[in-house]
Amino acid sequence: MDRIPILKMGPFLLVTIQIDLYDRLALDLEEDLVRMVEKTSAKGVLIDISAVTIVDSFMGRILGNIASMSRLLDAQTVVVGMQPAVAITLVELGLPLNGVSTALDVEKGMALLQSKMIFDEEEEQEEDDTAAN
Amino acid sequence: MTLPLTKDILVVSREQDVVLLRNRVKEHAVKIKMGLVNQTKLLTAASELVRNMLRYGNGGKAIIEVVSSGRINGIRLTFEDQGPGIADIDNAMTDGYSTGKSLGLGLPGTKRLVSEFNIKSKLGEGTTVTIIKWANG
Amino acid sequence: MLVNITSILKNKRTEILELWMKNQLSNPGLADDLISNQDLRSQSADFVNALVNNLNENNIDNPNSSDFDHVIEILGGISISRARQGFSPRETGFFILSLKESFLEILNQEISDVKDLFTQSLRLSRLMDNFTILTFETFIKGREEVIMRQTDEITDISTPVIKVWDGILALPIIGTLDSARTQVVMENLLQEIVITGSSIAILDISGVPTVDSLVAQHLLKAVSATRLMGAECIISGIRPEIAQTIVHLGIDLSQIITKATLASALQYAFKSLRLEVKRSATDNKLFNKTQY
Repeated sequence: MDRIPILKMGPFLLVTIQIDLYDRLALDLEEDLVRMVEKTSAKGVLIDISAVTIVDSFMGRILGNIASMSRLLDAQTVVVGMQPAVAITLVELGLPLNGVSTALDVEKGMALLQSKMIFDEEEEQEEDDTAAN
Repeated sequence: MTLPLTKDILVVSREQDVVLLRNRVKEHAVKIKMGLVNQTKLLTAASELVRNMLRYGNGGKAIIEVVSSGRINGIRLTFEDQGPGIADIDNAMTDGYSTGKSLGLGLPGTKRLVSEFNIKSKLGEGTTVTIIKWANG
Repeated sequence: MLVNITSILKNKRTEILELWMKNQLSNPGLADDLISNQDLRSQSADFVNALVNNLNENNIDNPNSSDFDHVIEILGGISISRARQGFSPRETGFFILSLKESFLEILNQEISDVKDLFTQSLRLSRLMDNFTILTFETFIKGREEVIMRQTDEITDISTPVIKVWDGILALPIIGTLDSARTQVVMENLLQEIVITGSSIAILDISGVPTVDSLVAQHLLKAVSATRLMGAECIISGIRPEIAQTIVHLGIDLSQIITKATLASALQYAFKSLRLEVKRSATDNKLFNKTQY
């Protein structure tokens, strides 16, 4: 059975989708990712869809699910590299993926995740400070 | 007037067929020099409809045709299933309506992606959806 | 027994052509600046020959006969080229109508029996009327092609994407924003975002005359698509009267960043990219040079 590989890069997980997903593959990815987030206590998930030519409502929902589930496990999800034609089609379809963060490429996505981590830490720091006082 | 030029019939019964159908439609779209954005819209629409057919109609038949009207060419896709049919088509064509577990934007969203959209359904007999996407939009 | 009208026309083709040329040239509306006499004569001769050669007693009553394919082809070619060259419909129509005049005049000379003359003139008139309609149809099609081409050109010209800074794109929209135009704008913008790796795009609508709910919807689509790509989209150039219409129509643009001017949008973009614009110190050499 085909599986989409998930790479661990420091506190982040990186998934590069190279082929057009059929349903089973996408559902497996959703499950694998959530397990990996839990196992590695990852702080962020990067999904690179630059090679994906079609995102229909099913795929869109999977992306949304991954983001929501990861958030419950305290990890941020960023979808990177969406093709212009895919973006236009999703908007026309009425599926603007509101709950999902996006970035132009893996590098910018990584930077975005890092800035979110720093932001989170600062917040925690502040909370600790107020608790100590 | 819309004239059919080529015809290709595909039986859809498993979810892997979704990718197969997309590839077949893409071949035809490239052949008539459809632009990338319109291609993507057509393929996404096809994907939505074939998924509906699998979910609600237990699969069915997909017909891919290259059609011509005057000077422009286009792709016509017909999806036929023998499923339970849709009771209220007007309702099904409204944003936010769904009987299944989807997001409820299937049919109206799909309609926005294509140039022409036609749906016929009879309770207990099945549903036929026909869409056309012209090469220039 | 009726007279054989096709043989009359065949025998008299030289006279017909001369008569037709005379008719055309006597028309005060002839655009002699657009076509030379010589070209006109060769066009006319081609057409008369094609018509007379293909005409027989059977097909004269059937303008849809395939015998006329060549005739129709020539006629179509003439009216399309005239449409492109800017002939008026009257001039183009006169081309074929004056041929009918010439035909009828020849018949009048050749047929003495009044009843016969009437019947034959009617048959020929019907055929020629059909060709006249065809001429106009093709003429209009030619004009439509010109319009279509110009529309495409305008759409291309009017949507330039400008790189104003590293990572910042600006797209001034001029004219009405319809759905076809939005598609072009979006495609250009998103493509440019990929090429330049820009993370902020400014859509400036100072040149858009009105914003109704449909235009607003198109703008929202462009903003959503930009966001999906991983970039941010700012709308600038919102004039006071446009702000008024937007609110009166109840259009919700609260989800997007809007600025009054391109300058303030740029300022916002600089800020979010953590860039600063500073006035240089006064002892700038260039400044001194212009002062003294």
